[in-house]
Amino acid sequence: MEETLKNSFDTERKTVYDPLLNNESMIISLKELRLFYGNKQALFNVNMDIPKGKVTALIGPSGCGKSTLLRCINRLNDLLDFVRIEGDITLNGESIYDKSVDLSELRKKLGMVAQKPNPFPMSIYENVVYPLKIDGVKKKSILDEACEKSLKSAGLWEEVKDRLKDNALGLSGGQQQRLCIARAIAPEPEVILMDEPCSALDPLATMKIEELILSLRGDYTVAIVTHNMQQAARVSDYTAFMYMGYLVEYGNTINIFKKPRLKDTEDYITGRFG
Amino acid sequence: MGLFERKNYKIFFRSKGEAVLWLTGGGLMISLIMIAFLILLVLKNGLGNYIPLPITMMELKNGELLMGEVTKSELYTLDKAKFDQLDDKDKLRINENGMKEKRYLLRIGNFELTNEHFKWVSEYEIKNRSYPKDAVIIERLEWGRFYGIPKEFRIDGKAVSTDLNGIISNYKKYHDYVVKLWEEKVSIEKKEIGKLNHYIEKERLKLKKASMDLSKAKATKNELKIKEAQAIYEMSKAEFDAFDKSVKKNYERLIDKIDDLKKEYERYSIHFLTVDGKEKDVKLFEMIRSYYANQLTFSEKVGVYFSRWVEFLTGEPREANSEGGVFPAIFGTVVMTLIMSMFVVPFGVIAAIYMKEYAKSGKLISILRIAINNLAGVPSIVYGVFGLGFFAYTLGASIDKLFYSAKLPNPTFGTGGILWSSLTLALLTLPVVIVATEEAINAVPNSLREGSYACGATKWQTIRYIVLPRAMPGIMTGFILAMSRGAGEVAPLMLVGAVKLAPEMPVDSIFPFVHLERSFMHLGFHIYDLGFQSQNSDAAIPMVYTTTLLLITIVVVLNVVAIYIRNRLRKKFIGSIF
Ligand SMILES: Nc1ncnc2c1ncn2[C@@H]1O[C@H](COP(=O)(O)OP(=O)(O)OP(=O)(O)O)[C@@H](O)[C@H]1O
Ligand SMILES: [Mg+2]
Repeated sequence: MEETLKNSFDTERKTVYDPLLNNESMIISLKELRLFYGNKQALFNVNMDIPKGKVTALIGPSGCGKSTLLRCINRLNDLLDFVRIEGDITLNGESIYDKSVDLSELRKKLGMVAQKPNPFPMSIYENVVYPLKIDGVKKKSILDEACEKSLKSAGLWEEVKDRLKDNALGLSGGQQQRLCIARAIAPEPEVILMDEPCSALDPLATMKIEELILSLRGDYTVAIVTHNMQQAARVSDYTAFMYMGYLVEYGNTINIFKKPRLKDTEDYITGRFG
Repeated sequence: MGLFERKNYKIFFRSKGEAVLWLTGGGLMISLIMIAFLILLVLKNGLGNYIPLPITMMELKNGELLMGEVTKSELYTLDKAKFDQLDDKDKLRINENGMKEKRYLLRIGNFELTNEHFKWVSEYEIKNRSYPKDAVIIERLEWGRFYGIPKEFRIDGKAVSTDLNGIISNYKKYHDYVVKLWEEKVSIEKKEIGKLNHYIEKERLKLKKASMDLSKAKATKNELKIKEAQAIYEMSKAEFDAFDKSVKKNYERLIDKIDDLKKEYERYSIHFLTVDGKEKDVKLFEMIRSYYANQLTFSEKVGVYFSRWVEFLTGEPREANSEGGVFPAIFGTVVMTLIMSMFVVPFGVIAAIYMKEYAKSGKLISILRIAINNLAGVPSIVYGVFGLGFFAYTLGASIDKLFYSAKLPNPTFGTGGILWSSLTLALLTLPVVIVATEEAINAVPNSLREGSYACGATKWQTIRYIVLPRAMPGIMTGFILAMSRGAGEVAPLMLVGAVKLAPEMPVDSIFPFVHLERSFMHLGFHIYDLGFQSQNSDAAIPMVYTTTLLLITIVVVLNVVAIYIRNRLRKKFIGSIF
């Protein structure tokens, strides 16, 4: 089965887009994005627009390049000196790979939540206001307000409001992940990138995060990588299916799950491979 | 069958690893036993050194009388000729001991009368032994211990009491008073006269500088300049003369005061009879500690024991370091270690950060890393030579030329000192700190770094707020190792500034309070000096153990404090995820 899929790709290499996408206003555009880890190419000519204020899910088998793609958007791949990137990405129409771009400023507009919770070894409060503090915000009232607001949006406020000064490492895994989300939204970014945010969590904590994502929708643009089909169906407006570094099919979530245009997509979604 | 068994045996040996288990376990055991043995040896000798011993009087067969403390006894092989001369009773005993005779090391003291501190006495020489109740041990400021029987308490050379109780009550009455006077005199000598000398030296240097400037000006043949310099010189000269006069007055006043004190405290003495029938007047102020050794109760013994420890820890050394305290050495060791840490930790951490976070990993960095690791294997004496040649003779000499030229040819920084010692040891321990820090930085999970970058942090912010705090416990480990190494090192210090007896401490009450150019005393060097350079080695060897015990204790205490801090940091920064 995989063989046939691969073969069909090598011949076509054309992404199938859903016409519904044309109705959206786009915030991020990936243009002919190619990425190489040394000599190994991990992304092939990805063209993809992410709609503003919506939740977009990235699905696909392990190793297909979802994380790589996500990390291209906030230029985290730049940290690896053996990575080469071609093509371009724009945010609100401006190229983010332009030489003049200030990386710190860019990343402040793009909040990121990693697969494994990565709270910093400091207090809960310090964790949440970290992005503001490094930005030079010193005023306590502003920091306090931002802390409360983001923790409330992340649904964590009630649980931690009495122990903001405690070490963040003392929180449970689910709480830590919600803390990381609070940290990501504290500087009020335009886009939030989530790389399998629930993979290390139990169903209850997962549910909370999903509720959180739904509540973020509208105010923020969310791009989320997930292995969980139900999750993608529950939280996302649009879904992109990737395979072997290619973007295969991209469209409205309901369409992708109900009547995918490609057989490969259907096979993957119904769990017949991958 | 036989073949099969042999094969099996081989397989057992190779694959089961049982042999490896025994080998590693045995190796560990041997090292543990050796360390335990060393520690026990140091503990036994170090702690036992100050236990008060009884006074033994020995009447020898040749009629000689000896009195003192038996500090050691051992068996030795008697030569045949000697053995043949002995009487039957002794021969029998020696035979029973397997042809070995027992001998005792008797501390007889009274050095100014006997010219010996210690004497070996063999069992066969002894006619009889007794423990005189009225014999006294006196630890003195000079000449070491004194053993005798008190006869008279004297004031101004006249006996005021001749009975035992009278002598004791007079001793109690006057001793503290006399010691206070003596301490006052020492403090005047050390502090006030020291200060005067310091000031006058400063003024003298000022004058010398002015005269040097004058001759420089003369060399330029510029009238104006000469005039100017001449004026300055004259002013300095007048200032100096006035100062000199006032200092001289002060000086004389102090000398008078010292004389008065001396006259007063030297009035009191106790007259003793020694075991060999000599008489001796011991001044009261000289007596640091005196007790009837054979009448001590248990609590008095404990008192003597601890008062000796207190003196050891807080006092200054006497009698070429073989008696008294080691406070200056403790102080020097701690200050030197602290200064060293102040240099080595920041430098090591900065170097490690550069190598791990900034430098592109490549061949050059690998070579650098190998070089650093190998630095740890360079003999420490080589660092000493480098420290002397580079820090003292090159760097120090240039500093002298620039800032202390008036004092030349006497070096200020151009010779060994605590600063150069600290720097030398900092260099010596740098690899330890770098390697430990690198490992600690390595252990910081990349997810944390990426999290920080994703928040918009710059590289430096990420290092400062995420990497460094998280690596802190590991850095502390390096710091602990460096500190232990630095505190215990001797060889390089011999070259760059540790001395047998430092006249002044590196930190004192004279401005600018911290004197980094001064030489200093160090416990490790003190041990070496006691063990190998001492004239009175029988008295010095026990002190070697006591001092070693102290040094080990200090290192352990420093380590425990650092480990405590590290564990707290660890809890704070690493914790458990989930
Ligand atoms: N640091 C790296 N160095 C070299 N190759 C890498 C690196 N990171 C990822 N790759 C390769 O790039 C490809 C895409 O990896 P990526 O992590 O984006 O997959 P993914 O879709 O996120 O998979 P998963 O669902 O397992 O997280 C893989 O083939 C992987 O081996
Ligand atoms: Mg991934």
